[in-house]
Amino acid sequence: MADDVLFDHALRLGDDALVMGQRLSEWCGHAPMLEVDLALANIALDLLGQATHFLNLAGEIEGKGRDADALAFHRDVLDFRNCLLVEQPNGDFAQTIARQFLFSNWQELLMREIAAAPEPRLAAIGAKAVKEIAYHAKFASEWVVRLGDGTAESRTRMIAGLEWMWRFVDELFDPMDGAPSRRGEWDARINRTLTEAGLELPKPRRGAMGGRAGHHSEHLGHLLTEMQFLQRAYPGATW
Amino acid sequence: MSAAAELSLKDRIFEILSQVPDPEIPCVSVVDLGIVREVRGQTLVITPTYTGCPATITIEQDIRAALDRGGLSDIRIETTLSPPWTTDWISDEGRERLRAYGIAPPPKGAGKHSVRETTVECPRCGSIHTQEISRFGSTPCKSLHRCLDCREPFDRFKCH
Ligand SMILES: [Zn+2]
Repeated sequence: MADDVLFDHALRLGDDALVMGQRLSEWCGHAPMLEVDLALANIALDLLGQATHFLNLAGEIEGKGRDADALAFHRDVLDFRNCLLVEQPNGDFAQTIARQFLFSNWQELLMREIAAAPEPRLAAIGAKAVKEIAYHAKFASEWVVRLGDGTAESRTRMIAGLEWMWRFVDELFDPMDGAPSRRGEWDARINRTLTEAGLELPKPRRGAMGGRAGHHSEHLGHLLTEMQFLQRAYPGATW
Repeated sequence: MSAAAELSLKDRIFEILSQVPDPEIPCVSVVDLGIVREVRGQTLVITPTYTGCPATITIEQDIRAALDRGGLSDIRIETTLSPPWTTDWISDEGRERLRAYGIAPPPKGAGKHSVRETTVECPRCGSIHTQEISRFGSTPCKSLHRCLDCREPFDRFKCH
């Protein structure tokens, strides 16, 4: 893989994990119960760890002296390459679970491929990440069933959460990373859990795209404002 | 360097590091946990447990300080991700120390199928009549359980 292609690839993987982790960390101290608070914070931590490895690798490949911190805190919104799904607002708990369910199931399949890919540095991170993501996917899938097959209220909210997030699914399977091959297995996983939850697949709708090219929704800028505040106010601050 | 001299250097390093406790679970050393992988020439190879483990930096600093104190400042520390750390690398002594500390150790060989359910034994009374409360616990490496016999809650080292 050429260096610039590899850099972009590592950046996409790092940005997905970083933005998803930052979003989830917004729940810290606000989740509906203690165990869920712990779970969401733990998942966020795993993702930030993965982001650190992928972005450090991207910086190393680029060779301009940027590390994960520089890439996370000193880039503006147009330079982020994450998919639109991960930057969507948390909404209520069901909307957060919907996003995690769609994302973690996809990320697990993706990391499994990367772990077996010929690029040894990417493969090493992928092999570590895939074990963590298996826990995330299981957590989110269990909650889809619990909410979907729960009360009338939880079911209504779960359906609404999936409806909201569904338009961001197509972008995950952008041909850029040879991803369409992953779609069949992903569909099967999603279908299996939705069936168990007594839910139907959301109606197909035109997919929103553009995150991989830096065309983000208005939500990412707000997320970065908070995440990057300290380094922007006090550049180079350490503790 | 001769094979014997290299062996003794390795032994010395492992001896020193078996006194370095894990910052979050101080009953076990970084050697017990399998964080210390090998000595290659003048380089010590270590590996993180979880990608996002906040203790990773502290662990490296603690190892550095212990090596320096032991007169081994010229030993370089290298971090490797591959092959990925698994709970199967926790030593038998480490497993026993975890249990005595009140943390149910992961069963041997469980690293290969991390998410699958297995029987969890209460570290206090030994009962297998236990229940998972939360798959995510106080640190990335632990889940939360309770014993249905002695009624005590306890942590379990997650299979990974
Ligand atoms: Zn007990």
